[in-house]
Amino acid sequence: MNVNQVAENLALSHQEELVDLPKNYPLSENEDEGDRDGERKHQKLLEAISSLDGKNRRKLAERSEASLKVSEFSVSSEGSGEKLVLADLLEPVKTSSSLATIKKQLNRVKSKKVVELPLNKEKIEQIHREVAFSKTSQVLSKWDPIILKNQQAEQLVFPLGKEQPAIAPIEHALSGWKARTPLEQEIFNLLHKNKQPVTDPLLTPMEKASLQAMSLEEAKMHRAELQRARALQSYYEAKARKEKKIKSKKYHRVVKKGKAKKALKEFEQLQKVNPTVALEEMEKIENARMMERMSLKHQNSGKWAKSKAIMAKYDLEARQAMQEQLAQNKELTQKLQVASESEEEEGGTEVEELLVPHVVNEVQMNVDGPNPWMFRSCTSDTKEAATQEDPEQLPELAAHEVSASGAEERPVAEEEILLREFEERQSLRKRSELNQDAEPASSQETKDSSSQEVLSELRALSQKLKEKHQSRKQKASSEGTVPQVQREEPAPEEAEPLLLQRSERVQTLEELEELGKEDCFQNKELPRPVLEGQQSERTPNNRPDAPKEKKEKEQLINLQNFLTTQSPSMRSLAVPTIIEELEDEEERDQRQMIKEAFAGDDVIRDFLKEKREAVEASKPKDVDLTLPGWGEWGGVGLKPSAKKRRQFLIKAPEGPPRKDKNLPNVIISEKRNIHAAAHQVQVLPYPFTHHRQFERTIQTPIGSTWNTQRAFQKLTTPKVVTKPGHIIKPIKAEDVGYQSSSRSDLPVIQRNPKRITTRHNKEEKLAGCSVSRL
Amino acid sequence: METAPKPGKDVPPKKDKLQTKRKKPRRYWEEETVPTTAGASPGPPRNKKNRELRPQRPKNAHILKKSRISKKPQVPKKPREWKNPESQSGLSGAQDPFPGPAPVPVEVVQKFCRIDKSRKLLHSKAKTRSRLEVAEAEEEETSIKAARSELLLAEEPGFLEGEDGEDTAKICQADIVEAVDIASAAKHFDLNLRQFGPYRLNYSRTGRHLAFGGRRGHVAALDWVTKKLMCEINVMEAVRDIRFLHSEALLAVAQNRWLHIYDNQGIELHCIRRCDRVTRLEFLPFHFLLATASETGFLTYLDVSVGKIVAALNARAGRLDVMSQNPYNAVIHLGHSNGTVSLWSPAMKEPLAKILCHRGGVRAVAVDSTGTYMATSGLDHQLKIFDLRGTYQPLSTRTLPHGAGHLAFSQRGLLVAGMGDVVNIWAGQGKASPPSLEQPYLTHRLSGPVHGLQFCPFEDVLGVGHTGGITSMLVPGASEPNFDGLESNPYRSRKQRQEWEVKALLEKVPAELICLDPRALAEVDVISLEQGKKEQIERLGYDPQAKAPFQPKPKQKGRSSTASLVKRKRKVMDEEHRDKVRQSLQQQHHKEAKAKPTGARPSALDRFVR
Repeated sequence: MNVNQVAENLALSHQEELVDLPKNYPLSENEDEGDRDGERKHQKLLEAISSLDGKNRRKLAERSEASLKVSEFSVSSEGSGEKLVLADLLEPVKTSSSLATIKKQLNRVKSKKVVELPLNKEKIEQIHREVAFSKTSQVLSKWDPIILKNQQAEQLVFPLGKEQPAIAPIEHALSGWKARTPLEQEIFNLLHKNKQPVTDPLLTPMEKASLQAMSLEEAKMHRAELQRARALQSYYEAKARKEKKIKSKKYHRVVKKGKAKKALKEFEQLQKVNPTVALEEMEKIENARMMERMSLKHQNSGKWAKSKAIMAKYDLEARQAMQEQLAQNKELTQKLQVASESEEEEGGTEVEELLVPHVVNEVQMNVDGPNPWMFRSCTSDTKEAATQEDPEQLPELAAHEVSASGAEERPVAEEEILLREFEERQSLRKRSELNQDAEPASSQETKDSSSQEVLSELRALSQKLKEKHQSRKQKASSEGTVPQVQREEPAPEEAEPLLLQRSERVQTLEELEELGKEDCFQNKELPRPVLEGQQSERTPNNRPDAPKEKKEKEQLINLQNFLTTQSPSMRSLAVPTIIEELEDEEERDQRQMIKEAFAGDDVIRDFLKEKREAVEASKPKDVDLTLPGWGEWGGVGLKPSAKKRRQFLIKAPEGPPRKDKNLPNVIISEKRNIHAAAHQVQVLPYPFTHHRQFERTIQTPIGSTWNTQRAFQKLTTPKVVTKPGHIIKPIKAEDVGYQSSSRSDLPVIQRNPKRITTRHNKEEKLAGCSVSRL
Repeated sequence: METAPKPGKDVPPKKDKLQTKRKKPRRYWEEETVPTTAGASPGPPRNKKNRELRPQRPKNAHILKKSRISKKPQVPKKPREWKNPESQSGLSGAQDPFPGPAPVPVEVVQKFCRIDKSRKLLHSKAKTRSRLEVAEAEEEETSIKAARSELLLAEEPGFLEGEDGEDTAKICQADIVEAVDIASAAKHFDLNLRQFGPYRLNYSRTGRHLAFGGRRGHVAALDWVTKKLMCEINVMEAVRDIRFLHSEALLAVAQNRWLHIYDNQGIELHCIRRCDRVTRLEFLPFHFLLATASETGFLTYLDVSVGKIVAALNARAGRLDVMSQNPYNAVIHLGHSNGTVSLWSPAMKEPLAKILCHRGGVRAVAVDSTGTYMATSGLDHQLKIFDLRGTYQPLSTRTLPHGAGHLAFSQRGLLVAGMGDVVNIWAGQGKASPPSLEQPYLTHRLSGPVHGLQFCPFEDVLGVGHTGGITSMLVPGASEPNFDGLESNPYRSRKQRQEWEVKALLEKVPAELICLDPRALAEVDVISLEQGKKEQIERLGYDPQAKAPFQPKPKQKGRSSTASLVKRKRKVMDEEHRDKVRQSLQQQHHKEAKAKPTGARPSALDRFVR
């Protein structure tokens, strides 16, 4: 038997106990019996009557089985359909009252079903527990919201009392106030006589009246306006409805066309008056065009179009309709052009140029525009834009244009195109070089002179690059003119102008990055005097080693530059007396002297050496576990083989990158401040899983030094406040507005044993909470 | 007898009544407020000379504003609507023309939000999220409050403006003194003390007191505003440097041999022999540390609250005579003869950072009050301003004709350099910007070469010690106009000073907390956290935080055969494995992409290159 069923039964039996047994049980039994008696008698009578006709008599005497004893009365099987009731046997001929009770009891015994075996004790106890648990949890669950509230409360005050009502506004407090003193009464009298308001709206009746009058006028105006609007709307609606009813297709077509025309006209006007709005309009039109292009609306793929296509062979009208539709499609998808003829010509040349495969590579080198094709087509029609973008490029562009247009007129041959390409390339390169030179010069004027140091560095850089470029050119020419080789190189160079166009801050950052890429040996070279350094830089360029070259390229600035750049000198108004007599030349002499004085101790070299040492020291060390002589010959002068060493060398994991990795002039100690770390949080508190989360919650300072007094007090309020000298009683249902619960709540019995157990856990937790919180 | 008509006791709240009214009564002030708010910011009054000088004077000692670190958080809170229908009416029935709390200026939003929201957090549990939300709400609330209290910073900084085209540097002290009021004019004075040689000087933290020591042994302390002399002695020994300790009652003097401490009566209290041949002194007020740099190359930290030497660090760079402190993080900056500036904390035996600044030796170092900029001058005659926020790169450089021997920053970021007998002052654009070395803001010539410089806190005054004595210059706009009455109050009484002393001692910051980034202290110590985790795993034999392996749930209705369970388990495992592989592949791709510089665009013709 299932445990649950037992539990149910038990619960039911509980209920039955609670409900009194029905009292009418024996009575119904009696009635039943009487009924049955009467029926039988009635049947007997009927049978007796029917047997009178002799037909059934034989049947009555009939016997089906053999028996030893044959009753002399030839007992008939009359009433065989009925069961023999025990009470019948006991029943005397004459019903006596004493036997009736026994019969009743017997009946009662019979009506009860067989009682099953009782469960064993443990099972019963378990069931009891579960039922009790479900009941209690039901009762306790109503505390859940309160517990939650208390857990989330910023502050709890004990002993629990009624919550203080919010401070009533003064007018509520004053509402019960009476004028008592004679002076007050007099004042109020005066006020009343003059019909001055005493309490609420502070408006005299006159004022009120005037206000209302004004509002009436306004209301009238408003109403009139509304009426007018409504009337207009209705007219408009009526008109629209009428128009909608018109079934003529031609009419609608005309209307549509008219609309389109009007829109176009308006657009043209707009273009003249307000180009920005026109642009927006243009976009709209463009959008419509796009939609049209995307859809198949006016194509020949529709149902109607297909049917027409079939007909078109024979039917002239159908053919016309088809053509019309296609024309419409064309019209809709046609690009709106506000272009001049020159552009078209340009486009023509472009097409021609497209035929030449080299052009692709060629034009990509042009870095000025994001898309070379765009750039080319734009040169002619967006001259203004070009001038805004870069005034220095203008002459170059113009030259380019002239050359291009000049070339157009001639009959175009492939050779010529190639020639032109070459010219272009040259002009491009020249432009880029010019850029490099001109840009710093121009920006020098605009930028504040604090950035001049940076600029001077960049100038030096560009010079270097030029030199490099020249050397490469020579190399290329000597090798025998493979244009492709040459072509690779300008790309990084031409990237430079882009760099230059950025703000100066970025430039410095860029430099820093570059500085970080310096290698140790390059650093070794650095400390040499400037000229020497330049030479050394130039020499590796000639080497064919490609990666080396790259590195050199990256090394844009060095520490030397950083410290030796000539910063603009300051001419103070008041020159210190001691050097006042010094002229510029003498100043220079003095500087020379200082340089000589400090030529011996090369600060930079020392610093770099120190830094290298610091870096080495902070690197994690590899562990060498080789045992010399183990597994091979050992002795003086013998070293374990490289393979062995490699085998037993435990490489230390690479640590995080140094903080000063990209800062050539700084050494930042990587050592951990243990003393400070002792003050830091070392264990994550409970709900947090990542240290960042926790850090975020402790980032706001709570001290009074950083906060206003109010904020400080609020941040430091205790979570629990107890009033001294008061007894803290446990929380009661009445305290939180519940009626004291009776135990008559219907127990809901859990069907799922698993759930019961989880509930149980929760219950325990709740109990814990209530102990700690309530 | 008539009594005042009183509404019944159970009259509904008045606001209902007002709501039912169709039109609010219009009041004269409602009309007026609009124009007043519009024209609320009148420009600074102009003098007829058009050269204006307003050296601020703190007026009242009772500005209850606590701001050591500037703290005005911001709240992106829009001002409430003008006519709020729900606004409560008062007894008079008048509507509040400015309902709700006063709006907080939005512009300064990021100023005080200390929670760094730029770092994205991983997905967190609901409970954690609620905690984070609470923290953020708290921050916002406190920042609102602080923004509100900014109203109490009533004083405005002074400024100096030339007539159109006029260079402010040409304005001399006499002009300024002529233009300002008599009380401010009295702050410009010269002390002619030619007898006892070049002077070093120091203002107390409140800016009220001045101590100076001449090289030939003359030591004096005075209330420089009232010119009341506190003490004047001759220590009969060379005085290298002089400094007030936490209050004006104690005075540290670096004498020829040892460090001495005097009280304000001139009585010698201590002679600290462990600090010998001290050349420079710095006092860290929040740590109660006196940092001394000595000829022997030692940087010594002396805790003046307990009289203990906290740390004696060997800088290993020879004689130390250039020192300054970073007021933001209490790191000591030392300048060395090899052109480097090293940053020191008492907790570390080695410098926190070393910056190569000049080709020659470093002559002077100064750090501004926000700890953002460092000015250095070297023997190569250059003056550089470095950014201290992680990059340590020079922001601007100038070559000065004679090089600056002394540097100092004012509270509002003005930089002064003493070059021979001339002082140049440069000003920046605003408070948080570095001084632009383009144009000097002011210049002044003294009667002798400069030997010591300091801006007076909370007064627009620059004190210069030179061979001819002491000069107190007026520098409009140099210092913070609003002082914190609880922190450094120039007008405090003796009692207030004593109370402040106790509070300051209670709030003393331990010396070992000095580090480059003080905000790092509010971070979890990740290394020991991980160490602890590792230890726990070792102790328990498993990782309690690890994700439990997938356990398939048994299915009902007889479908839960062992084989199917195993199959399902296998499936999940495979999926996880595939994810892992995918991730590692992606990482590899990233690495490759990073390794390959995208500078040179590959050309189609590359294949022909040999």
